[in-house]
Amino acid sequence: MVGKSPYEVLGLKREAGPEEIRKAYRKLAKEFHPDLNPGKPEAEARFKAVSAAYTLLSDPEKRARFDRGEIDESGAERPHAAYRGFAEGAEGAKYHPEGAIDLGDLEDLFAAFGAGARPHPGGRGFRARGADRRFSLAVDFVEAAVGARRRLQLSPQESLEVAIPAGIESGQVLRLKGKGGPGLGGGEPGDALIEVEVRPHPLFRRVGNDIHIDLPVSLPEAVLGARVSVPTVGGAVTMTIPKGSDTGTRLRLRGKGVKGGDQYVSLTVVLGKSEDPDLAKFVEEWGKSHPFDPRRGTFPR
Amino acid sequence: MIDFAGLLLRLEGLDAAELRLWIERRWLLPERAEKAYLFREVDVARAELIYEMRREFALDEEALDLVLSLLDQLYGLRRALKRLSDALETQPAEVRQAIAEALSSALPPAP
Repeated sequence: MVGKSPYEVLGLKREAGPEEIRKAYRKLAKEFHPDLNPGKPEAEARFKAVSAAYTLLSDPEKRARFDRGEIDESGAERPHAAYRGFAEGAEGAKYHPEGAIDLGDLEDLFAAFGAGARPHPGGRGFRARGADRRFSLAVDFVEAAVGARRRLQLSPQESLEVAIPAGIESGQVLRLKGKGGPGLGGGEPGDALIEVEVRPHPLFRRVGNDIHIDLPVSLPEAVLGARVSVPTVGGAVTMTIPKGSDTGTRLRLRGKGVKGGDQYVSLTVVLGKSEDPDLAKFVEEWGKSHPFDPRRGTFPR
Repeated sequence: MIDFAGLLLRLEGLDAAELRLWIERRWLLPERAEKAYLFREVDVARAELIYEMRREFALDEEALDLVLSLLDQLYGLRRALKRLSDALETQPAEVRQAIAEALSSALPPAP
């Protein structure tokens, strides 16, 4: 509508008198009033243009200024806060309750419109189970291993406490009965279906109910044995590294896995600072009297 | 929220007796606080609508009674429809599909 002169909007000639302006406005305003045309945004746009045009032309002073080119066609526009915007929101209910139509009971709805779905004698009315609602929930590796309670936000108004059973794996679906959409006509509500995704852990890997972990040990710890602290899903425990361990040595912590499974600890011997003159000197002497080829027999010659 | 005097200021040219009539006729349902009236945004927008109907469309009291009652029924129905369509929105895809088909086959032939 921008750029159309108020005379064009109201379908008038420039010399139209006040009574003509008023008549033209009333005719168009009735036609396009947003409260008489709910759900038609184009009618609201027309109505705004018509109102703006009328506001301008019905005021002799403004009309004169427009005719003289002092103000443009939007110069006098006053925003119209259509009642419709409120009427269809929550606050509108006070002026027009849904009244005779009870949507909680579809039979009433159909009856209100005189249509079918009338219950047959002895028959049941229309009932339907509510829809299932699907959610996804990411849980930490350790929470999934030992179990946890997590609060899941279903919507801004609604949250739910979810019990995550110990040992759950990615892709498993938890079903919370009755937490889905409401049923119709007395039907039972649907369920909430929660697909769980277990986040990977930087240290732990899971194989069935066993947990695997790589543990770095120093040369003295490997050669001489030691007691070291090892993380498990239940917290850190102390473990004995037997004397003479090597890279690849696998130790088992019984019962420290998931639901009674075990934790396997694979050792990796780490030299640390690679150029140590003392160590180099010792190994040079030691190597002379202890010839050893770890590749012997492992590669075809 | 604004009070009686505030609403009079918002509606240029409206006199107090007329506004009182609207409240008496229950066209407007402001809240009562002590001896004052309080108008929410919805009441103000409705007052503007009533004002337009009275001034621009020159509707008398009986006619406006009828128009407001029809409008209120219309909006009540639209609110009910909105709830129904929200409820349909939560149904499984196949249920919505079946309803959409039933609705389009129930359409009357175009004039």
